[in-house]
Amino acid sequence: MAEPLLSVRDLIVEFPTRRGTLRALDKVSFDIQEGEVLGMVGESGAGKSITGAAIIGLIEPPGRIAGGEIWLRGQRIDNLSPEAMRRIRGKRIGMVFQDPLTSLNPLYTVAQQLIETIRTHMDISEKAARARAVALLDRVGIPAAARRIDDYPHHFSGGMRQRVVIALALCAEPELVLADEPTTALDVSVQAQIIDVLKEICAERGAAVMLITHDMGVIAETADRVAVLYAGRLAEIGPVREVITAAEHPYTQGLMGSIPTLTQTSDRLVQIPGSMPRLNAIPQGCAFNPRCPKVFDRCRVDRPEAIDRGGRRRVACWLYDGVKQEAGNV
Amino acid sequence: MLAFIIRRVLQSVLVMLVVALVSFSLFRFVGDPISSMVGQEASIADRAALRDALGLNDPFLIQFARFVGDAVQGNFGISYRLQQPVMELIMSRLPATLELALVSGIVAFIFGVGFGVYTALRRKGWASNTIMTVSLIGVSLPTFLIGVLLIWVFAVELQWLPSFGRGEVVSVGSWWRTGFLTHSGRLSLILPAITLGLYQMTLIMRLVRAEMLEVLRTDYIKFARARGLTNRAVHFGHALKNTMVPVITITGLQLGSIIAFAIITETVFQWPGVGALFINSVRFVDVPVMAAYLMLIALIFVVINLIVDLLYYAVDPRLRVDRAKTRH
Repeated sequence: MAEPLLSVRDLIVEFPTRRGTLRALDKVSFDIQEGEVLGMVGESGAGKSITGAAIIGLIEPPGRIAGGEIWLRGQRIDNLSPEAMRRIRGKRIGMVFQDPLTSLNPLYTVAQQLIETIRTHMDISEKAARARAVALLDRVGIPAAARRIDDYPHHFSGGMRQRVVIALALCAEPELVLADEPTTALDVSVQAQIIDVLKEICAERGAAVMLITHDMGVIAETADRVAVLYAGRLAEIGPVREVITAAEHPYTQGLMGSIPTLTQTSDRLVQIPGSMPRLNAIPQGCAFNPRCPKVFDRCRVDRPEAIDRGGRRRVACWLYDGVKQEAGNV
Repeated sequence: MLAFIIRRVLQSVLVMLVVALVSFSLFRFVGDPISSMVGQEASIADRAALRDALGLNDPFLIQFARFVGDAVQGNFGISYRLQQPVMELIMSRLPATLELALVSGIVAFIFGVGFGVYTALRRKGWASNTIMTVSLIGVSLPTFLIGVLLIWVFAVELQWLPSFGRGEVVSVGSWWRTGFLTHSGRLSLILPAITLGLYQMTLIMRLVRAEMLEVLRTDYIKFARARGLTNRAVHFGHALKNTMVPVITITGLQLGSIIAFAIITETVFQWPGVGALFINSVRFVDVPVMAAYLMLIALIFVVINLIVDLLYYAVDPRLRVDRAKTRH
């Protein structure tokens, strides 16, 4: 297989606090291939956003990467100097944040923010940068881009602002775009449009996307593969269709089962009993074991490693230990 | 925008009228002007005649209107004590105060913003901790004590700087006499300017620091970092500009109070400004000078406030609502 664009190996992120060190990410490993869309799902606090922050090198102190490696196209980036990392941000890895209303500096026009970003990463004239900015705004679907570019962020609606944010994240042609819940703060009616714009424009430029969300619907429609995080650990990762239709990890099965469908009528939504453990009280063995319907003795003692299930599918569950052959060649 | 300016100017005029009323009532209620003007041997008939001639028997509103009319033309009458037109007195002393206030205001702003930004960006360094601790002293020590301490250290012990006065002054134009152009004038300015500006500086510094820390936590700063902008662009382009909105207001108001409360510094350093003039006029119940000083300070406050509001518009585009309404 070709060298992956992004490779995360046994990533550990810790937050030292007065009452001990919290492990927000615990040995998470995954790859993103060139041009691929990887969905990252999980409950709040599962570590989705921290993964994104770790990749782009913006974990807020006192949080820190305590172990593991992050490789971008064969170059290790988790131990770069701040200045070297800054050059990668925006230029090679772009990021789209959750809330477009607060992501843009209110005191600068859209043009100023775009041109500043473009000229930080590319050695081109102000005029060329402006032309590029207008083209980009036009591409993300801002009507009358040439005129609107000189407006301030507050002149735009939420959906339009998120388009501007996407333009800003993409203006230096990054190879990888991290989208951290890009539609959560938006009106339902524009969510789909924003996802479409993001997906199209990334596909067109060959940029890979890591889409962080808790909306399985968005993942199902957009992602090529999906990674499921639970309590800072990777529960399951695989092609999106397989994970959705034939989830293997009991947590993923519960997650899929809780999505209401139109065909079945029921009075209550299915839910997984209990709640995700707090980071300072993760049980021994598998983090999911107290809630797992299929728990057995080993789950309470040993932490399951990610078991290769073939077809780029991995599951961190003891149920599949030693049975990889039977489902291996799907 | 124009409507806003007109509205603000009208409000300012209203404020000035109220201050004029207070000022005017000084004449009416702080002693009897006639007894200040005539000797003890004047007869009751003489006094009544003078009262009549000065229009002091006219209805209140007419007298007030006359006062306002005169004030607008810069006529505040004759000082009881010095027997000179009040306006001349004030004008001859105003440059001293304005120069002092301007220098200490600029010093306070530059160092206040500089230290504020530094302590916000390097939150944990020993330099920041030192600055923060010293600033606490600056906030809590009373002005006169700082002045006296500075005089003791730099004028008495070290003998580097003069302890009082303005030094040599040079006339610029018809009535402005400046101390900026002579060496002794500049030397004399240092201690009073520090005394007057220290409190404002620490205030601005603490405000800038708090605002900056707040701004650095916002999403648009995170997004600016995620776009790979340099630290310089993030800190000074994006963060500092957002910090300045509230800082401008406070600094503007502080400039007003620097001018108004220069009284203490001027007294400590025997600075020949309007503050010292005011203190003397209070001592001798020189009502015309007091009234004129009150009006002058009110005018300065009102003008500064107006400028601050306009600066707001320059800095923050969100306030320019008229444009946003037409496009959406």
